[in-house]
Order: sequence, then C-alpha cells, then structure tokens
Amino acid sequence: MDFTFTDEQRMMAAAFRELTADLCAPQALRALFDGRDADAQTRWQRLADLGLFGVRAPAASGGLGLADADFVLLAEEAGRAVLPEPLIEQAALAVPALTELADAPAAAALLPSVASGEARVAVAHPQNPLVNAPPGLSHWLLCTPRGILLAAADAVKAPVRASVDAGRRLLEPDLTSVTGGITLVSGARAAEVGARILNRGSVFSAAQCLGLTERMLALASEYAKERVQFGKPIGSYQAVKHHLASVAVKLEFARPVVYAAATRLGGTDARTEACASHAKLAASDAAELAARTAIQVHGAMGYSWELDLHFFMKRAWALAGAWGERSFHARRLQALVCSGLALGPDQTFAATG
Amino acid sequence: MALDLTFTAEQQRFRAEVRAWLAANVPATPLKTLESEAGFAQHREWERTLARGNYGMITWPKEYGGRGANLIDWLVFEEEYYRAAAPLRVNQNGIFLLGPTLMEFGSAAQKARYLPAMAAGEEIWAQAWSEPQSGSDLAALRATAVREGDSYVLRGHKIWSSRAAFADWAFGIFRTDAAAERHRGLTFILVPLRHPGVRVRGIRQIHGEPGFAEIFFEDARVPVANRLGEEGQGWHIAMATAGFERGLMLRSPARFQVAARRLVELWRSRAASADPALVGRVAQAWMDAEAYALNTYRTASRLMAGGSIGVEASLNKIFWSELDLELHRTAMSLLGTRAELLPGAASEDTDAWLEGFIFSLAGPIYAGTNEIQRNLIAERLLGLPRG
Repeated sequence: MDFTFTDEQRMMAAAFRELTADLCAPQALRALFDGRDADAQTRWQRLADLGLFGVRAPAASGGLGLADADFVLLAEEAGRAVLPEPLIEQAALAVPALTELADAPAAAALLPSVASGEARVAVAHPQNPLVNAPPGLSHWLLCTPRGILLAAADAVKAPVRASVDAGRRLLEPDLTSVTGGITLVSGARAAEVGARILNRGSVFSAAQCLGLTERMLALASEYAKERVQFGKPIGSYQAVKHHLASVAVKLEFARPVVYAAATRLGGTDARTEACASHAKLAASDAAELAARTAIQVHGAMGYSWELDLHFFMKRAWALAGAWGERSFHARRLQALVCSGLALGPDQTFAATG
Repeated sequence: MALDLTFTAEQQRFRAEVRAWLAANVPATPLKTLESEAGFAQHREWERTLARGNYGMITWPKEYGGRGANLIDWLVFEEEYYRAAAPLRVNQNGIFLLGPTLMEFGSAAQKARYLPAMAAGEEIWAQAWSEPQSGSDLAALRATAVREGDSYVLRGHKIWSSRAAFADWAFGIFRTDAAAERHRGLTFILVPLRHPGVRVRGIRQIHGEPGFAEIFFEDARVPVANRLGEEGQGWHIAMATAGFERGLMLRSPARFQVAARRLVELWRSRAASADPALVGRVAQAWMDAEAYALNTYRTASRLMAGGSIGVEASLNKIFWSELDLELHRTAMSLLGTRAELLPGAASEDTDAWLEGFIFSLAGPIYAGTNEIQRNLIAERLLGLPRG
C-alpha cells in the first residue's frame, strides 16, 4: 500500500508540462479560438517526438510499456494545458485496446505506427458519440454492436460537429454506416474491450478535469489578489475566499478518486466500473464548480473573450459530457451501489494482487 | 512500486487478528451514551479492555503502550473497529489530539508520565480552549496562568469542553504574559479536573445530555512541570494539536463508510415509497465516504514518506463534516414522517439515525468552524490576503 507517485512518474509529467507550456501558450490557444490555428500538425509531431503516444505500448511495439496509473498525471497535464490534440484517445485508449487485441493481425500491424504517432486514430464508443479526432485522421477504432472494428478514415460516415471548445475537432460517426473495416473481436470479449475503453475514457477525462480545476482555481485566486474594490483586494473578503476554498476542497477529494480509479482500469468488475464513474463524477463536478466560481470571481472581465479563462471553462464543459455524460455515470454508479457492490470499510482496496 | 493500492499479506494478517479480537471482545449490547455518567464509566472500562489487548493506540511506541504500528496499520485497525461497531473512543481528545502533541513537544518525563496512562484508558482527557468570549477568535482568550515559584496559578473560564463533565484531565491554553497580545504570551498547560480551584459544570446539549462542560479556574495551582513546551509557545503547540484534530486522526474514514453502507440499506428498505431523487444523494454519500477514505490513505502514505500535514487539515475537516451532515440529512429525508421519533419510540428500528443526525450538526462547528477553515484555506493554500 503506497498512495504516492514515483519520481519517474513526476518527472515524466514535468517534462510534458514543459512541452505544453510552449505548445499551449496563451497566444497559441487564442489563435485556435480565433480560428487562426495552423499548428495542429506541428503539435502532434512534437507530442510524438516526446514519445507520448507510446507510453502505454509494449517495448516490442516501440513503446515504454507503462501502466494506466503511469498515464494519469499526463492526462492531468493535458487538461491543465487545454491541449487541443486527442493525445488521451490515441495514447491511453487506442494503444492499450490494440495491444490487448494484438492476436488480430490487423491490430498488431497497426500498433507500432499508432504508438509512434504516425497513424492517427479516432476512438468511437456508444457513450462517446462525439469523437475528438486527431489532425490527419487515418483510422477509426469503433466499438459497435457487431464488435470492435478497425476501419480506414474514409470508411465511416462522420460529419464534422463544431464544439464550443475550439480545441476539439469533433466528428459524429454513424456506427451503422461502416463499410469495409476489419472486425478485431466480437462477442463477450468485444464487450470487455469496449468496457475498458469506456472506463479509460472516463478516468482520463476525469484526470484532465483535475488539471483544469487546478488551473482555473489558480487563475481566479491570482485575480482575487490583484483586483481591488472598496480599497482592498477582493480576495480579502470572505464571500470570495469561501467560494474559492470550496473549489479547493472539491479538488482535494476528487484527486485520490481519480488516481485510485486509474489503478483498476485493467478490470471490468463492478468495483472498477463504480470507481471509474465515481472518478468522472467527482472530477467533472470539481471542474464545473471551478468554472462557475472562476467566472464569478472575475466578474465582467471573466465574461469577456479577451480573458483566457473561457478556454478552460469550455474544455471543462465539453469533458463533462464526454466518455459518458453525467446521467450515465450517476445511474451506473447508483445501480452498482444500491445492488451488487460489496460496501464497507474493508472493500475499498483489493488484497495483494 | 508507487500507486500500489493493495494490502500486503502482513497487513491482511493484522486485519484478521484485529477482526478476531474485536469479535471476541466488543460488548454484545451497545454501551450507554458516553455523555452520561454511567455510560462514561462503561466506555472507560472498554478503553481498559482495549489496552489489555494492546490496542489502546497502536501507532505509539511500545514503551508508551503502543505497538509501534505504522499509519496504514492504524487505518486497517480503524476499519475493523467501525466494521465491528465497537464503542466510541471516550479518550479521543487524549489519544488522538494530546498524544501526538506530547510526542512532538513533551519532555521525556512528560511522555512517560501521561502517554501510558492514556493508552491504558486510566486517564481520560478533555480540551480546555474556548472561552465565553473567545470561540472562533481563540487568540482573544483571557484565562491566565500566573507563575508563583514552581507553580502556575490559573484563573478564568473555559467552555464547550467535550468530555470534560466526566474526564480526569484537561489540556488548556492560558495567558502567561499579561502584556502580550493575541497569540503571543500564551502557554499550554495540563490540568487535573478533580483538583482544588477547578470546578466543572456540565452543559446539556440539544440531545439532552451533558456532552460538554464549562470549567472554572479559581486560583487553581498546578506545578510548572505541567507546562507543555516553553512559556509563550502555547499558540504554536495548540495549532499543531488542531492540525492533528482536523487532519488525519480524529475522524477516521471507516466511520463514514459504515454510515454510508447503513444509508444504502435504509434506501433499499424504503426505495418503493421514497422520492426517487434521493437515490442520488445516497450514492453521493457512498462516493464521499470512499473519497475520504482514499484521501486518508494518500495522506498516510505522504506522511510515511516523510511529508507533513499543513493546511490540508482544513480541507479534510470541511470534507468529513459536510459529508457526515449531508449523509444524515439524507437519512432523515428517507425516514420521512418517522424521522422525529426518539429511539425506542417506534416499533421499527430507526437505527439511531436521529442521534447521528444531531451529532452531525456539530461537525461543521467543533474543531474550528468550517467558515474559519475556509479562511485558512484561502489564506494559506491559495495565498489570498487576510481580511
């Protein structure tokens, strides 16, 4: 039992943070939101150069062979930065799914180029109908009632949908329209792989929400120190302090839920599903509260396009609905807690694995 | 390996040992409330039973009546303790608050004098901090300790002192330097409660029992050896005690996890007629209890790796007190028309929810109100200016 991260895990996150400070600098995000972004390919390449797409891939496929729990701090950083590219979908969803399905020759053949970032994969799941797609999409990984399909980019009818978050290039695939494509797996095993994709999507979306919450809390706290009204910084008033402190409490208690859920993502048992839904609910609630609090603390300034705050708020709103909207996770969790899940203080952690 | 969230074989063996001991020793009929004289005596006896099993305070060194166990073992012990519905710890102010404070600030002689008696359940402690004019504004306290030779002479009026009605000792903060203001010139002193010049008067709480008391010091004389730390260091030591109180030890997560499980059972028994919207609150209670447990293990791991608890204690205190209140409010909503019934008044078992609800209302008030905790978070964690 050790609920701390290693130096290696922290260092990897720090290196990624350094990269995003450059890739997602305020002027870069502003260009994106103003429709002047021409850097998507460059950003993707620099993520690839740092080896981020291969973190979860086996060494034999050119990856680092690390675990879900090793990825969680990276997802947090992606959220903090409002990273436009779907790093999470490719590196933390597609790569482990293809690794698991590597007994299918098509999956094994594609894996190294997905891990290197050369192939660009969009991941579709019934609980994530609006797919955040990479620039230069080359493949679809589709969770359908027929099984898990691998298809070429043009094999799926998928209209573009504009998001309030300019950092998300959304496609809405019609899962019944797939022509061609290879069924990697079907039946019960497909359901399991699909469940793992959904739980990973949920938990890593949650991790992004942690980063967003921390960033919005920091922005609002800084503003509250600087903005003077009635002769004092507004942050010296308890009404403002208490709003911000409540966000800090939400964040503190969402964090361990997300980290713990990340250690269970290999399973598909009731506890794994409850933990994944809990993580999604807790972290997206924290991000939602952070967004609502941050705009209130900023006042009219927070409502203006020229302040960066809206980039973070919009990502938080988008992630609240991605990889299982709130009502899906709330209902799934309620059903598990009220029937079936073993409850009580000795049930939180597994015995030695 | 980091983020290893599994118990070792040794931890599982310890869990089994604790479970077996509790199964053999926890009284079959629940004890009377510890807010009554008879109930207090029963709880004191239970502390002695725990000590005979060497479970008084397992994290303390062996020479002070502990087992030298680490914090993860302590959490395992607490999980089994609440799972077994074992009695409340009547000496919580001693073992969870003063104990760690003595460990950090006490002399060798003081540790040897007080800790083993605490672990053995022989001396029960109360906290004497608040005064009628100084609650949230603790630094405004007026009670004085005047040095006369080898003694301090105590004068003043402490109030809202939990357990003091029947306890043996209190740890208090007194002003030793009349010229110093606010948090300067304060000293941390240990005082016997059955002692010349010390008068204790119980105060009935809203449930009707004397759960706290006021303490009058009328020229009570205690030896200088009863001073913890240096003269004038009282505020610094008290804030460390408050950190222990709000931080890791006072409210262990198992308490809320057991309550959340009972709430789910209550929901199941009432689901047919209850407002369907309540299921969301039931699930939220389970989530919050789990989140609190996970964060406690995270804090324990951090402490074991050499870290410390600072302002996190305030985050913690807000979270457990609000989750407890919300959990019990949900139970009261589920009980509906029968929520008002006193224990024993109903033919069916309302399972002590009313008592728990009333107790949960105190959580956001004691150990520093949640408003004060939010100020501390804003100023110390977020760096906002003092008002």
